[in-house]
Amino acid sequence: MATRRVVLRFPQQLIDEPIISTTIKTYDLDFNILRAEITPASEGLMVIEFSGQDKPLNDAIRHLKKTGVKVEPIGLDVVRNEGRCTECGACITICPTAALYIDLESRHVYFDSEKCIACELCVPVCPSRAMELTF
Amino acid sequence: MAKTVAEINEKIRKGQAVVVTAEEMIDIVAEEGVRKAAKSVDVVTTGTFGPMCSSGAFLNFGHTKPRMKMSKVWLNDVPAYGGLAAVDCYIGVTEVAEGDPLNRSHPGEFRYGGGHVIEDLVAGKDVLLRAEGYGTDCYPRRELETWIKLEDCNQAFLCNPRNAYQNYNVAVNLSKDRDIYTYLGVLKRNLGSASFCSAGQLSPLLNDPYYRTIGIGTRIFIGGAQGYIFWQGTQHAPGVARNEHGVPTGGAGTIATVGDLKAMDPRYVVGASFYGYGCTLSLGIGIPIPVLDVDMARFTAVRDEDIVAPIVDYSRGYPYFEGGPLGHVSYAELKSGKITVQGKEVPTTPISSYVRAREIAENLKEQIKKGEFLLTEPLERLPAPESGLQFKMLKERPLRRAKEVL
Repeated sequence: MATRRVVLRFPQQLIDEPIISTTIKTYDLDFNILRAEITPASEGLMVIEFSGQDKPLNDAIRHLKKTGVKVEPIGLDVVRNEGRCTECGACITICPTAALYIDLESRHVYFDSEKCIACELCVPVCPSRAMELTF
Repeated sequence: MAKTVAEINEKIRKGQAVVVTAEEMIDIVAEEGVRKAAKSVDVVTTGTFGPMCSSGAFLNFGHTKPRMKMSKVWLNDVPAYGGLAAVDCYIGVTEVAEGDPLNRSHPGEFRYGGGHVIEDLVAGKDVLLRAEGYGTDCYPRRELETWIKLEDCNQAFLCNPRNAYQNYNVAVNLSKDRDIYTYLGVLKRNLGSASFCSAGQLSPLLNDPYYRTIGIGTRIFIGGAQGYIFWQGTQHAPGVARNEHGVPTGGAGTIATVGDLKAMDPRYVVGASFYGYGCTLSLGIGIPIPVLDVDMARFTAVRDEDIVAPIVDYSRGYPYFEGGPLGHVSYAELKSGKITVQGKEVPTTPISSYVRAREIAENLKEQIKKGEFLLTEPLERLPAPESGLQFKMLKERPLRRAKEVL
């Protein structure tokens, strides 16, 4: 049993087709829609989690691509819960890109989300668990 | 020309006291000199905010009907100590929630523990109290499960055997092949990082290195409330070597503290999880220091440059007592972002929040200026260096019988 979270983008012409329904039936998968935005006359977006056997799961992804759906790995975002951050600095030597850094004068700890590569190393390292994952 | 605490309090009451933070005192002394500063400044406020593992809280829940002697107690599944009278307990901050995988899958996350329970209580959240008793004629009830809040407790006070360590180790990792997970955070292999945990020039006991004004009965800022020092802290070791400024060059003095949980602010009482190590509580403490004379003016003007800490290897040196410190380094160097250890440049990472330490010193300054916080004279001094008090190792005396059986 494997699970995979992916972002699906449906081109406009596919929006009225029952693609998800036929895919899960054909490949005997379970699914959980985490987010969906499908409106007529524009591209549709869906964040979905598939679970099933390894091979059918891969086949299903291949099938989706063949139908014209764009399949992308999930883009995780790391955000800082400002209310929980105590600005200690325990994260700064762990962050590989210096997205988390300390201002040497003011001693404030800053998070530059532009530099963040969502490696998640800071998440368990933060003592007050201020670094959170979103997608 | 020396001042007394009573005179300073009189000035505070009249709104005439000159109160500055330990950071501001550095500049004042640099500009005016110690003699003038001793006259012009009455109080210097200090602050620190960091993990303080030897902390916990006493809670009294009130009696159930029928009565119960709660001998086993859990708060949000975190075991609390119930070996006290019927409805009292002590919850320690490093106790981990039951069922936590701990370090079985290393490094463990230690998401919730006693420190988090205390934070939740202070934040006014509901906490699940579960208790068991064995039943007696006077306390027949055996089981209890109920939601409680801090306001439901009769008394609830932090009571910490050891806080505000006067100076601390700088932790590094000499291992060539593995990162290590310690109470000073993650230490990257091969001298990849160095952790330190003191507010340095803002830290309470570093501003009164010989405990002249900080002692038993001293009123303090603790977790946002006013509390007290009630004893020397555990492991208080005033005899540690000191430099020319009188500052200990390693962990030395400590204080035991108490404060009303109901008056605290969750901003200064924060549950913490150290990856691969465990749960604890990050706590804010601030202590006002009366500038009684020239010596106190000099002590309270201590700078990061004047305070040095030992660099200790936490892969072998600390856990197995192998070798001594790898050198000493000042807080000014630590705060520059990198230090040099064994010829290698090592990036530094603080574990205590200097920003919040500064905020506490400022907060305390404002309280004193408004006359809301009065200074105290110690009822008794903490043991000073000349007391000869040393920090002892445990001398093990293995059971003889065990050998005979074998």
